[in-house]
Amino acid sequence: MAALLGRSCRKLGFLSSGHGARRSVSTETGKSLNLYSAINQALHIALDSDPRSFVFGEDVGFGGVFRCTTGLAERFGKNRVFNTPLCEQGIVGFGIGLAAMGNRAIVEIQFADYIYPAFDQIVNEAAKFRYRSGNQFNCGGLTIRAPYGAVGHGGHYHSQSPEAFFCHVPGIKVVIPRSPREAKGLLLSCIRDPNPVVFFEPKWLYRQAVEEVPEHDYMIPLSEAEVIREGNDITLVGWGAQLTIMEQACLEAEKEGISCELIDLKTLLPWDKETVEASVKKTGRLLISHEAPITGGFGAEISATILERCFLKLEAPVSRICGLDTPFPLVFEPFYMPTKNKILDAIKTTVNY
Amino acid sequence: MATAFAPTKLTATLPLHGSQENRLVLPIRLAPHSSFLGSTRSLTLHSSRRLNHAHATRRSPPVVGVQEVVKEKKSINSLLITKEEGLVLYEDMILGRSFEDMCAQMYYRGKMFGFVHLYNGQEAVSTGFIKLLTKSDSVVSTYRDHVHALSKGVSARAVMSELFGKVTGCCRGQGGSMHMFSKEHNMLGGFAFIGEGIPVATGAAFSSKYRRDVLKQDCEDVTVAFFGDGTCNNGQFYECLNMAALWKLPIIFVVENNLWAIGMSHLRATSDPEIWKKGPAFGMPGVHVDGMDVLKVREVAKEAVTRARRGEGPTLVECETYRFRGHSLADPDELRDAAEKAKYAARDPIAALKKYLIENKLVKEAELKSIEKKIDELVEEAVEFADASPQPGRSQLLENVFADPKGFGIGPDGRYRCEDPKFTEGTAQV
Repeated sequence: MAALLGRSCRKLGFLSSGHGARRSVSTETGKSLNLYSAINQALHIALDSDPRSFVFGEDVGFGGVFRCTTGLAERFGKNRVFNTPLCEQGIVGFGIGLAAMGNRAIVEIQFADYIYPAFDQIVNEAAKFRYRSGNQFNCGGLTIRAPYGAVGHGGHYHSQSPEAFFCHVPGIKVVIPRSPREAKGLLLSCIRDPNPVVFFEPKWLYRQAVEEVPEHDYMIPLSEAEVIREGNDITLVGWGAQLTIMEQACLEAEKEGISCELIDLKTLLPWDKETVEASVKKTGRLLISHEAPITGGFGAEISATILERCFLKLEAPVSRICGLDTPFPLVFEPFYMPTKNKILDAIKTTVNY
Repeated sequence: MATAFAPTKLTATLPLHGSQENRLVLPIRLAPHSSFLGSTRSLTLHSSRRLNHAHATRRSPPVVGVQEVVKEKKSINSLLITKEEGLVLYEDMILGRSFEDMCAQMYYRGKMFGFVHLYNGQEAVSTGFIKLLTKSDSVVSTYRDHVHALSKGVSARAVMSELFGKVTGCCRGQGGSMHMFSKEHNMLGGFAFIGEGIPVATGAAFSSKYRRDVLKQDCEDVTVAFFGDGTCNNGQFYECLNMAALWKLPIIFVVENNLWAIGMSHLRATSDPEIWKKGPAFGMPGVHVDGMDVLKVREVAKEAVTRARRGEGPTLVECETYRFRGHSLADPDELRDAAEKAKYAARDPIAALKKYLIENKLVKEAELKSIEKKIDELVEEAVEFADASPQPGRSQLLENVFADPKGFGIGPDGRYRCEDPKFTEGTAQV
């Protein structure tokens, strides 16, 4: 299954459809890289271009448990790329302090499941720093990277998708890439964005996704969603690793004559409402899919906003195919996940409403 | 058992017993340069002397740490254990080792999945402490919890089934490797998140103290919390040391210092690597012990557990130990020096105990061999049992999220979701 996924990734979804020719990088060629190598390249470029940037976190020195920080300590020195003790709250707070003094702090949280001790610092400090100091200080140089999402065998504490918690916090940005090429550009944008950003990397794709990534320094703009597949019957919105599943569902739906439009949100906070709105006004139907549990997931926000804006154009209720409302299970992962078949069923139900 | 490192020699003895307020506190004289934990880095511990004098003048009794608790005893009249105790300890350690080795085999054969962390090399700590506990004492562990569960009395079958994800596992297959719970044996879990278990253990200890002091029940239960060196840099650890000492809770904090937190060396992550010293800072005794020697661990454990049972409060015990395998089965273990690994492999706790038992003529080699054979069969049987056990039914997916399944609320058809027949099939939309 993994090999099939790898092949299908290369053949289909990850190359941008070039809709609107929004970014020239989509047609460039480069080296074939997987996700962790693309992120590694982005980090090398980021540290190279700004002498006051730092990468730190647990085990980053030897390259990190997912190899995203390989070679950084050797190239930039242990003063800029260093390991921290096991204290997420301390690590993020420390990063906020660094950023407040004008540096770029790129913090690695080893798994998104471990980000909760740092939640207080992110929500109460990072998000409010510029606001409550009257713009005297800001921690825009802070970027927090964390691998998120299911991996097949992760269980409760190595598979969570906590993006919804952070999307509820005004003052930070939340970004999730879908592929190596996107990841490199988005990560560089996040690092250089003058706001604190939480960057979730789909850990399932670290080795599975392979794509041609341009070797030079490029940035993909934040808060711009991308239509990666055009269609007329239904709009599908997703992010991260879930898009590969949705793409497969779209292909199957096409065989049954349903034309699907697939949108990658990329930035969840603040999200590109205009692109999704324009698409739903064209198709009249919306389906949102994410791995996180359905109740209170980010799909709810998208659904509510689109309902407000496109009520009269909707032909069917907004459909959400998400994880179940249980803790992320161990043996039951295949039942918990929003699979291709669940999405396909929902597409058909919505279209035939 | 000779130790391969030169510990700092302290002149003070451990005042673990007795709780007089005006307890004598001897100042600690430390060697000017000591090579700590076998590292090549020498630490100069010059400031501690002044601090201890300052402590001595305070009203509340400061307690001192101790390095060499047990001297080697040569004469047969003052052996540390009896034959029966020796056999129990040996069997427990062999069970831990064989079980973990079998886990590795099963993992590479694809029967076990997920993140599995093995305990090889650290058996002396688990056996040394847990074999002194009763069934109603609680144990809280980390993700490296298979052997803690086994020592506490959870059957090898239940643990192996849990690892295979089968319904006969101790948590019905829902937890997996890092979440071994047992109500019957008071195993309050493995915790995947480091440090998460320590506050839970503190609460459990409070509960025993409350039952004894307030409800006047006959409760002498203690709680033992196991965690690693990396955890000692985490805020939760310090918060709990404070609470436990403040309220004199019957808890023992056991640090399994194996010098590595995945790829992070303890010496490079901690400002003062001597973790036992953090105990006195909070007002409890801090003890360092050689964690590769089950007899030494057991002696310290006896003192600490007795202290807790008498209501004198918590103890922090730092066990210097080592894991022979990588952090987890997915860890290639490339970062650790081969010389370091060899040095600790030579101090294998099982080999050491075997040597002690045979040299002191407590047992014969044949008896130990028969124990090893028995354990081998037990572990094989556990694997067969786990293999033959059924997978959990789909309905289990939605169970136990809330106490009352009605917690899932009312579905779009107006009825409680848990009444939907698809609910028990696990296919319901919740």
